[in-house]
Amino acid sequence: MALREDVATRVDLTQVRTAAGRLLSGSGPLIGLLVLAVVLSVLSPAFLTVGNLFNVFQQIAVLATLALGVTAVIITAGIDLSVGSVLGLGGAVAGWTFAVAGWPMGLAIVAGLGVGALAGLINGLLITYGRLPPFVATLAMLSMARGAALVVTDGRPISGYPGWFRLIATHDVFGFLPASVVLVAVLYLLGAAYLRYRPAGRALYAIGGNEQVARLSGINVRRAKIKVYTMAGLLAGLGGLLLVARLNSAQPNAGFTLELDVIAAVVIGGASLRGGAGTVSGTLVGALIIGVLRNGLNLLGVSSFWQQIVIGAVIAIAVMTDTLRKRDQT
Amino acid sequence: MERSEGKEQPMSAKRIALALVAVLVLALAACGEPAIDELPDEEITVGLSISTLANPFFVTLRDGAQEAADAAGVELVVADSRDDASTEADNMQDLIVQEVDVIIINPVDSDAAVAAVESANQAGIPVVTVDRGVTGGEIVSHIASDNVLGGRLAGELLFELIGGSGKVAQLEGIPGTSAARDRGTGFEEALAAAEDIELVTSVTANFSRDEGFTVAQDVFTAHPDLDGLFAQNDEMALGALEAAEAAGIADDLIIVGFDAADDALAAIADGQMHGTVAQLPAEMGKIGVEQAVAVAQGETVDAEIPVEVEVVTEDNVGAFLDE
Repeated sequence: MALREDVATRVDLTQVRTAAGRLLSGSGPLIGLLVLAVVLSVLSPAFLTVGNLFNVFQQIAVLATLALGVTAVIITAGIDLSVGSVLGLGGAVAGWTFAVAGWPMGLAIVAGLGVGALAGLINGLLITYGRLPPFVATLAMLSMARGAALVVTDGRPISGYPGWFRLIATHDVFGFLPASVVLVAVLYLLGAAYLRYRPAGRALYAIGGNEQVARLSGINVRRAKIKVYTMAGLLAGLGGLLLVARLNSAQPNAGFTLELDVIAAVVIGGASLRGGAGTVSGTLVGALIIGVLRNGLNLLGVSSFWQQIVIGAVIAIAVMTDTLRKRDQT
Repeated sequence: MERSEGKEQPMSAKRIALALVAVLVLALAACGEPAIDELPDEEITVGLSISTLANPFFVTLRDGAQEAADAAGVELVVADSRDDASTEADNMQDLIVQEVDVIIINPVDSDAAVAAVESANQAGIPVVTVDRGVTGGEIVSHIASDNVLGGRLAGELLFELIGGSGKVAQLEGIPGTSAARDRGTGFEEALAAAEDIELVTSVTANFSRDEGFTVAQDVFTAHPDLDGLFAQNDEMALGALEAAEAAGIADDLIIVGFDAADDALAAIADGQMHGTVAQLPAEMGKIGVEQAVAVAQGETVDAEIPVEVEVVTEDNVGAFLDE
């Protein structure tokens, strides 16, 4: 049985290789996204409308913001499990400083971003100087940051924010482009340029590829890692602010289990958990695949039980086809 | 390489580790509640195992229980299960070891809590359940509001507010939870009784405001002619409200939630949301403690104590806001 299945799979793969392999090289996730979009357009007339597509972009804004930082972390062969909790903490601190402590909203934003960066910095210090594996350090932060968010909010939502702050979620640039989408686009352009053109950005690939070699070639590995985790924390804090602006409320459990979606987006986007590989454009496509899939299943009214099965299957298939395709090319 | 770099700054690494330990010890000392074994012997101690304090509803329930405990002059030990059945089992063991007089449990899961309730039974500690029941073990009293009734009332209110006919959608809670099941059942009962109402879609938003926003946005996209929406809790209803405002359809859409959370009451008072069902969590916590104290003092109590459910609309929201 097993042998026969194996043979069948090989035959299929050969066909895929010869037919489309060379044509599609480097754009696996994008093809997947397009296939998904075509299927959903056929199934639901509401899917392929300008309004709905902007909705999807807006819906993944928070996910994409977090995934950008985690992409850099994963490129260095690290992992950050804490971003969902840090998002919750960032929003909670911004909400508390504004609504309870009475700070001006501008300062509350700085506090929310600052606490996110601080949580990331602690991750970085634990990993470099504390010598904890990234999985353990950020798992600890996942727990601590969530706990801190609950302490700050006393387990209740903190609601009601100034109109100008909410503009990031409610304003449409030129009347049609959601401001949060513009923000994410700018962040991704900066991220892509940093990883491609800045020596410090390219160094992250070297660290993920082989840390010892990177260190011997003069890269300050500790400093680079601390920076990467701090940035991931800062972006998580920013994601928290985006969510607060969108919901007009800081939720103590905001971002609960979001780290799993974030990691899924990065991995679907072609990054390797072993480090040294990954692009921000791939991650954006990964986030879009998750967003489009959720949106489509909701449009179709698919039962929540089945949604979870479908999403899991798509993650597995997306990553599997990508790795198999890469193996074929070598 | 790892090792040689470690030698460069061995002190700093050690210092950081020491500092972290010191911070942890200080933090633990700072939040030290009075230890259980220091309590006077005669005092009645009631244990409250609560499913999660990350949800305002249960925080209010805890507050109600605490107030009743303070009023009755009994000690209340609160254990937070953080929505995790195994944490709950551990917490229950801790309460049993502490030899509390009565345990009030608000279980994470009605089936998973059975074992813990049975061990309490074996230790001779009476158990009272609040909000959610337990499917086995010996329970002296169960205090809960009727979620099926609430779902039906919410449905009837929604259908009345959209004028008796039209298209409605439902946002469901976390799949598999009894609250989601019971509220859905009640809503379907109301739906079956209504003649000109069409349920166009029913999808989950996991009781969360964030997902309520996203899922509602998708529902509005697929069904732009929607007249009304029932969300199985207020968090999802409030997310849906934000989505409706973003889509510019908030004025044409009737939204009914469930739970009477503070933000929802404010939204009803503002005329943005149109109704919710008030469970009375503070009342539930209060009655729970009162029953527990009665049990500890050897009185007999009713096996089932229904806590009233009340429909909240613009007309009576003032009374709830004052609380």
